[in-house]
Amino acid sequence: MNIAVCVKQIPDPATPYELDDENHWIIRPEDQVLDDTDRSGVEVALQLAEATEGTVTLYSMSPSGTLQGIRQALAMGADAAVLIDDPALKGADALTTARVLAAAMQQEGFDLVIAGTESTDGYSGIMPQMMSEILDVPCLSFARKVDAGDGSVTIERQTSDGFDVVEAPIPALITVTAGIEPRYPTFKGIMQAKSKPVTTLTSADLGITNTVHQVIRSVEPVAARTAGEIIEDDGEAYLRIIEVLEQAKVV
Amino acid sequence: MSYPRQPSRYLDDDLAAFRNMVASFVDLEIRPHADEWEAAGEFPRDLYTKAAAAGLLGLRYDPKWGGGGGSFLATCVMCEELIKGDTVGTAVGLLAQSEFALSVLADEGSDRLKEEYLAPAIRGELIGAIGVSEPGAGSDVAAITTRAVRDGDDYVISGQKTFITNGTRADFIALAVRTGDAGPRGISVVIFPTDTPGFAVGRKLEKLGSRASDTAELFFDECRIPTGNLVGEEGMGMRYVLSHFGGERLVISAFAVGIMERLIDLGLEYASARQVFGKPLTDFQTWRHRFTEMATRLEATRTLTYQAADLLDARHGSGDVAVSMAKLYAAGAVQFVASEILQLHGGFGQMEESAIPRYYRDVAGFSVGAGTTEIQREIIAAALI
Repeated sequence: MNIAVCVKQIPDPATPYELDDENHWIIRPEDQVLDDTDRSGVEVALQLAEATEGTVTLYSMSPSGTLQGIRQALAMGADAAVLIDDPALKGADALTTARVLAAAMQQEGFDLVIAGTESTDGYSGIMPQMMSEILDVPCLSFARKVDAGDGSVTIERQTSDGFDVVEAPIPALITVTAGIEPRYPTFKGIMQAKSKPVTTLTSADLGITNTVHQVIRSVEPVAARTAGEIIEDDGEAYLRIIEVLEQAKVV
Repeated sequence: MSYPRQPSRYLDDDLAAFRNMVASFVDLEIRPHADEWEAAGEFPRDLYTKAAAAGLLGLRYDPKWGGGGGSFLATCVMCEELIKGDTVGTAVGLLAQSEFALSVLADEGSDRLKEEYLAPAIRGELIGAIGVSEPGAGSDVAAITTRAVRDGDDYVISGQKTFITNGTRADFIALAVRTGDAGPRGISVVIFPTDTPGFAVGRKLEKLGSRASDTAELFFDECRIPTGNLVGEEGMGMRYVLSHFGGERLVISAFAVGIMERLIDLGLEYASARQVFGKPLTDFQTWRHRFTEMATRLEATRTLTYQAADLLDARHGSGDVAVSMAKLYAAGAVQFVASEILQLHGGFGQMEESAIPRYYRDVAGFSVGAGTTEIQREIIAAALI
């Protein structure tokens, strides 16, 4: 089975993000890391590929930088990566991103597409569904477990009170939740990652021209939290606490 | 505020990526359980399989047996991070398997022994230990008396070992035994399966530090094992044991580097928040200078350790002396830093609920294990004088 996995390089969440003063985009350093939510998708793909003697190809649209994030996913065991790195795509909206990634997958071929539910730096949460529409394949979302059958794929879709079992013929697209525990990249995997093929494409290579860009008009800081009230207990502090809770409509 | 690690020209991007992986393994799999495992006096057996899945048990060994094909330098990076889980005993238990028990087997063992013991140990399915020390023989390896007598296709083994890390639950022991006359040429190494009749684990020993690693005394009463379990050649055991002490000593040195980083991190965090006479401890010159001294000794240890690792990787003749220098210096440096950080924490440092007194106890053994400080001095002196 030829499995395509969407992954994203993002600035390290451990360090505060900075925004460009002019266009308000996140300033992306050369060293970006693999979005943590993508690890589960890579893990699912690797398990399916191991079970079907398949291959795992990563797809990502972002500035290449040092490729640190992509290498993290290759070190887990993915076979190859296709990266669309094009300054013309800076600030592309979710639909444009979906069109670009879908075009790259169509060009390379696939049986199954796996994505996270949403990225940690963008949070739109709609890109995979758009891709499934463009690719004209069923979308199975919020998978907490995935099994590949003969010509079909079955998932357990996480719901608020349990899970649904959903089956679809392949090719299909699946979004996976973070509940699937990813493997650690081993030292051997880290060393092998350097020699795995990484193909870099532009939007022109994919025949995509009319790209749409988001414009961020303004950014406002989150309102500072107001200081709390300290209630000194003179024996009747409980009365004031009840009053505060009633005002907050929690009692 | 945390310690800004100094860059090292010995390390590349791959080792930096590997360091991040080990650190996240420690964050998820070790540190959250540290208090529980230290109190219990052991860590769960399934940590071996988890560590194996992350490639940590066979890092340095041939990929043919499931190893990672890594280096001594990579081992240093792994040890520095594994030790930061606030349970030194857990890291000691893992390395007692991956480095201490397996290195002689990996270098000198037959393919059958590697298939039967090395590969499953790298997969985390078997736990290994190394059995050298006896009640009457520690650093003086040539004095061991546990005897293996040939009887047909078997060795019959009788004797006693002590201070054996992983001893209570090891599935096999790389065991130093006397197959010949008294003295260094009469020693051999065999792989001893612990389900052999006549083998018994005595007490689980209570220790000053490294409490999450189990340490035991072991008894052998006419235990019969196949002669095929001999590692390498008969009579070469002393040479095998001594030539593989380098790996153990390097591990201890790298552990010391990791502990110093962890303690200085914890110390800086505490000192910047702790107000005394209206200002943080980091504003007092005495502590600024003491942190300076700690950081300098940390970096000196790191440099000696990486240099030794680099020489061991190159199989350079001076590797053993370099690693003895690293280990000699590391033990003193980490004990100094642990003492300073304990003092910094004042009354809080005396409380068992923090990791500080635990590290203070743990590092006391760093000038004893894997060859005492006195033995390191003898090794260095022999090369000097």
